[in-house]
Amino acid sequence: MSEYIRHDPSGRSAGLVEKKYFTFAEPPDEMVLDSGRRLGPITIAYETLRTLNADKSNVVLVFHALTGDSHVAGYYSENDEKPGWWDNMVGPGKGIDTDKYFVICSNVLGGCMGSTGPASINPATGKPYGLDFPMVTIGDMVRAQKALLDHLGVSRILSMTGGSMGGMQALQWCVQYPEMVVSAIPLATTMRHSALAIAFNEVARQAIIADPNWNNGNYYEGVQPNLGLSVARMIGHITYLSDEAMRRKFGRRLQERNNFSFNFNGDFQVESYLHYQGAKFVERFDANSFLYITKAADHFDLTRQKGQESAVEAFSRSYSRFMVISFTSDWLYPTYQSRAMVKAMKKNGLDVSFCEIEAEWGHDAFLLPNERLSNLIKGFIDSVYEGL
Amino acid sequence: MKDFNPRAMRYDLQIIASWIHPGSKVIGLGCGEGDLLYYLKHYKNVRETGVEIVESRVAECINKGLTVIQGDANEEVIDYPDDSFDYVVLSQTLQQVYDPLSLIRSMLRIGKKVIVSFPNFGHWFVRLQLLFTGHAPITPQLPFQWYNTPNIRVLCISDFRAFARQMGFHILKEATINTDREDKTGRYVALMPNIRATYGIYLISSKTKHANGPKYKAKAGTHKEHPWEKAM
Repeated sequence: MSEYIRHDPSGRSAGLVEKKYFTFAEPPDEMVLDSGRRLGPITIAYETLRTLNADKSNVVLVFHALTGDSHVAGYYSENDEKPGWWDNMVGPGKGIDTDKYFVICSNVLGGCMGSTGPASINPATGKPYGLDFPMVTIGDMVRAQKALLDHLGVSRILSMTGGSMGGMQALQWCVQYPEMVVSAIPLATTMRHSALAIAFNEVARQAIIADPNWNNGNYYEGVQPNLGLSVARMIGHITYLSDEAMRRKFGRRLQERNNFSFNFNGDFQVESYLHYQGAKFVERFDANSFLYITKAADHFDLTRQKGQESAVEAFSRSYSRFMVISFTSDWLYPTYQSRAMVKAMKKNGLDVSFCEIEAEWGHDAFLLPNERLSNLIKGFIDSVYEGL
Repeated sequence: MKDFNPRAMRYDLQIIASWIHPGSKVIGLGCGEGDLLYYLKHYKNVRETGVEIVESRVAECINKGLTVIQGDANEEVIDYPDDSFDYVVLSQTLQQVYDPLSLIRSMLRIGKKVIVSFPNFGHWFVRLQLLFTGHAPITPQLPFQWYNTPNIRVLCISDFRAFARQMGFHILKEATINTDREDKTGRYVALMPNIRATYGIYLISSKTKHANGPKYKAKAGTHKEHPWEKAM
């Protein structure tokens, strides 16, 4: 996911929020991961917005994508420069209306924004895990979120949504804890990565691995593999846009010059944009986390889990109401992939709505302010709430 | 529930609504902005699904709280198991379908009963226009020029009756109606409907289906009750 974080021009805001932490799975009760390995203690960073109602029926769970965090909306302090990553969607009167709903967003397991990940201290050695961190899956991330909800006393989720890898978590919830999920909104997502998506992730990972500073994941006491991580981010940004979006945004325009420089400094605006995004990213993200999380996304396959062999089978245990949304110019998770999950839901007699939104901004369209998307989400969640 | 006046619904939709049993499961193909489904959901406690190809109309339906899938009706019907619905509605769209026989067969497969309606090309006004002006007719029900009409099939009430007979569909109910210009009000036409009615509305079922039983009964086709529904 890219960053498009701006102050909401309407001035509506969820207000001040706080980054909270929950620690569980203390040894000897570590969490057993899908790989069979044990991990503990686990800390999950999370944020909650506004208030849980008396019968705990107004919970909306939001999942961030690859490089996001628990800071979904609002501000950490009065002078904060920018709000959370989905401030245009989450707030009073917005698509996810914090006047009505209690919103929870947590940083994924394996992440580097407060939750336990490869940069966390391994209690066995007293040093960062690095590559000793076990491989985690989308299912493990969901298991950790479930532990957090248990801690918060929430047993029923009115609705859950997320784009991209956030949507994978929503889908995983619906098959892993189906009885807890009243409704879900998978956005710009897929039941499994295509070869194209895996290919881009692998090139991004190889950029990190090829950086000598990566040092097999042992770089926490030395220089970070910033070159590799920034190239990985640049590759990601290409996949988040689209041919049309790039044509409109950059075309062949040159950056602060009228003629080619005839060297390799990067003359085009699109080059300058990618360099800038790469450089900005390394300030906030851990290279090993990037490796682990992209692998989790690549491994995700809703159609192949315990005892399941097809998408139709996968949803056979689900009871949730669904609204699936795709975007016309998304070439990372194209509409046919959303249609495939809608088809599987239909074959199970599930209550599913589907809308393909005309949008030119590629995969990133789900993050950008979009009245159509806000209205769809608002209309859907409100009708689920009224139907309780 | 948003403000909604059932009387403001198109007259043919009012008749279709009157045919649908409360509490049933209905799919509307080409459901537009969901007027009929919204009425059925709130006044007849129907479990609704719509299929609509235009994004803005799909969005309007979802804003109203309806379950709607954006897509082409011909393709979307394929995914549903047999007898998934009590009624499958195709309102004023039959004349726009490329392969009406195959679509009606699919509708009869996924639903126990099918409701179709279409503008009657045998209406006297249509006949007179062609006879006296020599031009392709343009009427309130068929307001298009030959070059921009979505109505690629022209059929009369008598054609549909013959079609049903030939293809083995069972006509359970027929309403031949004459509507005003905006189609908000109207009345039944019993005498010479093929000349006097502007629309034909039909409730049909498959003769063979109930004699032989459905090919297979998918367990998935039935309504699943969410565990929380029981609690509340």
